[in-house]
Formats: sequence, C-alpha cells, structure tokens
Amino acid sequence: MTNSISCVEQTGCILLIGSNTTEQHPLIGTRIINAVKKGMKLIVADNRKIRLAEIADMHIRLENGTNVAFLNGLMHVIIKEGLADDEYVKTRTENYDELKAIVEEYTPERTAEICKITPEEVVNAARMYSAPEAAMIVYCMGITQHSHGVDNVKSCANLAMLTGNVGKAGTGVNPLRGQNNVQGACDMGALPNVYTGYQKVVDEASRAVFEKAWGVENLPGNVGLTVTTAINAACDGQLKALFVLGENPMMSDPDQHHVKTGLENLDFLVVQDIFPTPTTALADVVLPAACYAEKDGTFTSTERRVQRVRKACDPPGKARQDWEIVGDIAKRMGYDGLTYNSPEEIMDEITRVTPIYGGMQYDRIDQVGLQWPCPDREHPGTPFLHKGTFKRGLGLFGPASYMPPMELPDEEYPFLLATGRCYFHFHTGTMTRRTRLLDREERFPYVEINLDDAKRLGIYDRFPVMVSTRRGEVKALARVSDVVVPGHLFMTFHFEEAAANALTNNALDPVAKIPEYKVCAAQVRRAS
Amino acid sequence: MKRTLTTCPYCGTGCQFYLLTDGNGRLVGVEPSSEHVISKGQLCVKGWNAFNFPNHPDRLTVPQIRKNGKLVEASWDEALDLVASKLKEVQEKHGADSIAFFSSAKTTNEENYALMKLARAVFKTNNVDHCARL
Ligand code: SF4
Repeated sequence: MTNSISCVEQTGCILLIGSNTTEQHPLIGTRIINAVKKGMKLIVADNRKIRLAEIADMHIRLENGTNVAFLNGLMHVIIKEGLADDEYVKTRTENYDELKAIVEEYTPERTAEICKITPEEVVNAARMYSAPEAAMIVYCMGITQHSHGVDNVKSCANLAMLTGNVGKAGTGVNPLRGQNNVQGACDMGALPNVYTGYQKVVDEASRAVFEKAWGVENLPGNVGLTVTTAINAACDGQLKALFVLGENPMMSDPDQHHVKTGLENLDFLVVQDIFPTPTTALADVVLPAACYAEKDGTFTSTERRVQRVRKACDPPGKARQDWEIVGDIAKRMGYDGLTYNSPEEIMDEITRVTPIYGGMQYDRIDQVGLQWPCPDREHPGTPFLHKGTFKRGLGLFGPASYMPPMELPDEEYPFLLATGRCYFHFHTGTMTRRTRLLDREERFPYVEINLDDAKRLGIYDRFPVMVSTRRGEVKALARVSDVVVPGHLFMTFHFEEAAANALTNNALDPVAKIPEYKVCAAQVRRAS
Repeated sequence: MKRTLTTCPYCGTGCQFYLLTDGNGRLVGVEPSSEHVISKGQLCVKGWNAFNFPNHPDRLTVPQIRKNGKLVEASWDEALDLVASKLKEVQEKHGADSIAFFSSAKTTNEENYALMKLARAVFKTNNVDHCARL
C-alpha cells in the first residue's frame, strides 16, 4: 500500500476494485463499513455482488478482465470535464500527453460497451472519485491475477496521479496483500530480481554490497526464475532440484496437472512445511517446521508495518525453526555465514544491508510496529509514500490499452469462470481446514451460478455439478444466487478434493508472471 | 495462563493478539490486543481461531526421506546430509541455475532472508521466489 489502513478514516471516497474486502481482509472491511456510515463515498467495481456492494453508493458490475478499459474510461471523463488536478499533473508527473492520447479513445460509450455497463455509470463514477479532496483506490487479486495484471496496476496509478491522489493522507494506490507476509517476503528479496529492500541483482553496486556483507564472491547478476517459470523449466528438464519452504504449489499454482508433471520430473525435491500437503507427497525429503506460534521473528503487513511474532509454545515432536534448518544446510555446504543464535541477530543483519529497514531493531518494534521506509534508529516510520516527490523524481504515467483476456467463453465452454477465496478459509486450506470451527462453516467445495443459468440447466441449489475447462474437471455443489451475473461461475481454491486450479489457465502476465485466475472459459452440468 | 503478544498468521491486515498457553505449554486461546493500532481489540473469525491448527494431530513432527519410493522417518542428520549432498551433486552436474528455491509468504522476514541468502550466497543462483503472485 502507498498509504495506511487508517487512511480509510481520512478519505472522502474509496474506489474498491477487485477486492472482496469483508471476506479477505475482514477488519479492513469493517473499517470501510464504518467510514461509509460516516458519509464516505464507496464505489465497488466488481462483477460479483460482494457484501460491500450492498452498502456502496455505486456498484458497477463490469465484465471480468476489463479493468484497464474501465479505468481509462474514468480518466477520459475526468480530463474532458476538467476534473483533473492540473497543478499536480504539471509539477509532479511526466508523460501526461501520452496518457491523454490513449484515454481519448475511451469515451463513456466505448468503455460501457467493453465493460458491459452503462455510459452513465462511467461518468458518475469518474465524478464521484474525483470530487473529494482525498480519494483512495483499494485493490486486490482481482486486479493482479490477469494476463494483463501489470497494465491494471499501472492504470490504477495513472488515475490516482491524474487526480492528485498520491502522496498525502487518505489517498493512494493500495493493494491489499493476501497472505500475512507477502509484503515481507518481497521486502526480504524472496524474488528472482532483487535483494532485500528492492536492491537489484543486475546492479553491480548492490551485488558488491551483498558480497561484502555475506563474505562471498561472484554473486550471480542474471535475473532468476519465478515460481511459474521454474515449474515450466522443471517440465522441460532444465530445472533439476527444488527446495520448497512452506509452500504448496500443487494447490496454489495454475494448471495442477502441469505442476505435477514438473515436480515429478525433478531429480530432487525438498519440502519444508508444517502439514502434509499434495506437494510433500511428491517430495524426496520432507522437513518438519515450526509454525508461527512456535517462533520468534517479524511479519510485515499490507501497510508496510513490521511487527513482532513471538514464540508462545514449543514445536511438536522434532520440528525445528526454518532459519535453523537453513543454517544447518549452509554449514554442510561449507558456509558459516548462515549460522545465527536468534532471529534478532538475523534482523540486525537485515537492518545493516537494507536501507528501508535500517531502523527496524527489535527493541524499537517491541510493542508497536513501524512502517518502512525507516532508514535509521531515530526515524519514526512512514505512514504514506511519495510525499512531496516520487522515488524516481516525477511520477511517470504509464498508459495502457485494453486487451481482452487470453481465454474467453465460446460455444464449447460458454461460461466465464473466476476463482477466489471465501471468509472462512485461507489460501490452499492447509491451516483453516484443520480448524474445526472454520471447517464446519464451509465444508464442501462449491461453485456459484446465477439463478437464470441454473434454471435453464436444471441445476438446483446445493446439488452436485461438474465444472470443466480445457484443462480438467472437478465436482462441486451448486450455490444458486444473484451473486454472479448470468454466464459467470465463481469457485474458491481452498479445497483439495475439488482443486479449482485443476481448471485454471496458466496464461501469464508477460511482465509479472501472474497467472490468469480471474478469467477462463468453462462448462457446467448436473452431476449424475 | 501465559499471554504472548504476536501477529495474526492469516491475512495481510496485520492484527495483533495474545496467544494463551496453559501450564503445560499448550495453546488454549486467543485474546485480542486492545492497544493495537489496527485491530483495536477486534479480530475476525480466522484470528479468533488461530490457536487451533498448531495443535492438530496431522502436524509433521519428524524428518522423512524417500526410500524405495516411500517416505520413511529419518533423523535430522540423515535428512540434512542427504539434502546437502544431493543439491551439491545437482549443482556440480548441471550448474547453479538448475536449482530453485521457493520461499513463503507465510513465514517470517528473518526466515525469508535466510532462504534467499542460502540461494544466492551458497548456491549462487537467483532462482528464488515466493507465491506473492498467487
Ligand atoms: S484477525 Fe482477521 S483481519 Fe485480522 S489479520 Fe487475522 S485474518 Fe486478517
């Protein structure tokens, strides 16, 4: 997030796009509900009738995969009606002319046609978002899990900059991170192109810093493989060994069959985890790890806040801390630089090599966590980014044109299938499905289908159906309602016995390599 | 009853709460933190139940290695010796970039740092990623 969660209380309008906040980030959802009660405007741009849609000032049910067109349409209206923040655009941004040229084509009529909404909705949303002094854009995987996900994110940034909504309280472009420490994993350089704090591996100067800090030579300068390209490389036989720490790619990656082929093709697979999963079942070595309640450390929340995790009990049996296991492997490889006495010692090293974490010593975040950038021990942390200036100087408009998703419904597979989460479960379900109360609430895999479609196909609520795509078929219970529009299906990916990712498309965004989870073509029929 | 202030393991909102442990060191409950900037004494149903899964009987408790196609229990030394020797063998035969490391958006910053350092400093590869994209 460029801003903080508390900004929800300081903003005049939220444009919520591709986030089912009350289900995925419940306490942020609660804050949005409270803000609406106090008069904040809420625009929900989501095809599904999510809970927040019921209290929103506008609910725009745009077709999945048309976000870029929608956002361009808003900018078209904002420029046409003189609602842009001209001063901000002039003094703080560049490349405005190119943006203007591209959004010129997105008249309300054309936008409405692409997004399957009305021109009035485009105009009204543009006016509502640009009216208040401060407005926020909040988004989630509904924006990023597309083959054009990077264009979606850029378009959100364009809209915010055009209206001067970056760099002050109550504004910004705010992705809500799904898993509790996605932000931290990125900050820590668990990415193929950067070290900690986004220091690039291709940059010789950063390599030199880490070579010195780690006491090693010749750190590699080529960008590595992502999760999804690594699986492809395993299928091709290029990748021979894989070490997986606490992940379940068999369930979370697109096109399960392809993942299985890749993992089986490896010479050697090591999986370190807390529970047996479909991925540990394929491993050559399984290492039992401690879970969050059994360890010390930190997590970094979606608002960049670094907070303490503390050990409340011992790990079961012979399970051990991830950092100790990693240190022992390094030692066997003849490297002592990963032998630590405590997570605090690791954090001290992180603060020395990571400018944005420079002031994150444990004694400073003992009770209340701090938000990065926090470069030194005196720094109070940063509630919102880009105040006064962008990191690169001027904010760059990166306009994008609308491109249709890779796979659209056709005669054979006439439904548009999207996947997501529900309130009671978490990601691949390894933890929540082992929590009695949560499992009781949502026991069976389900697929949402519109009442009209259900009637036409003779499908009844809670009756079993088969959902199939070009990649596979799963059985689930029908949930008949008006939450999805006719022609759409929605499934969650929490259930091992009906893994929605056996169905999804592994088409990737060309830059971010995010799989297209929100759109693929599917067929549904009664199970016999 | 011992109270330990910690951070929720589920979504990225970052609520904090106290884990409650009984005299035998067993997790028995969760208590919200009323001073916390985000949660302000509240939690969602997932947070309230976050003490439950660590005690589940399915937890992995011993290292396992595959022998004759089956996973069998092993000692830590046996398992880690095998990991190190196999990875070394693959590295020597097929080069540094024939190995990849998947880190986790569920584990701590310190452990993400340790794994990416292992990949880069020891195995000399930038093939390290986590599932942020998923
Ligand atoms: S308590 Fe609920 S809203 Fe808070 S961090 Fe945990 S899962 Fe997210």
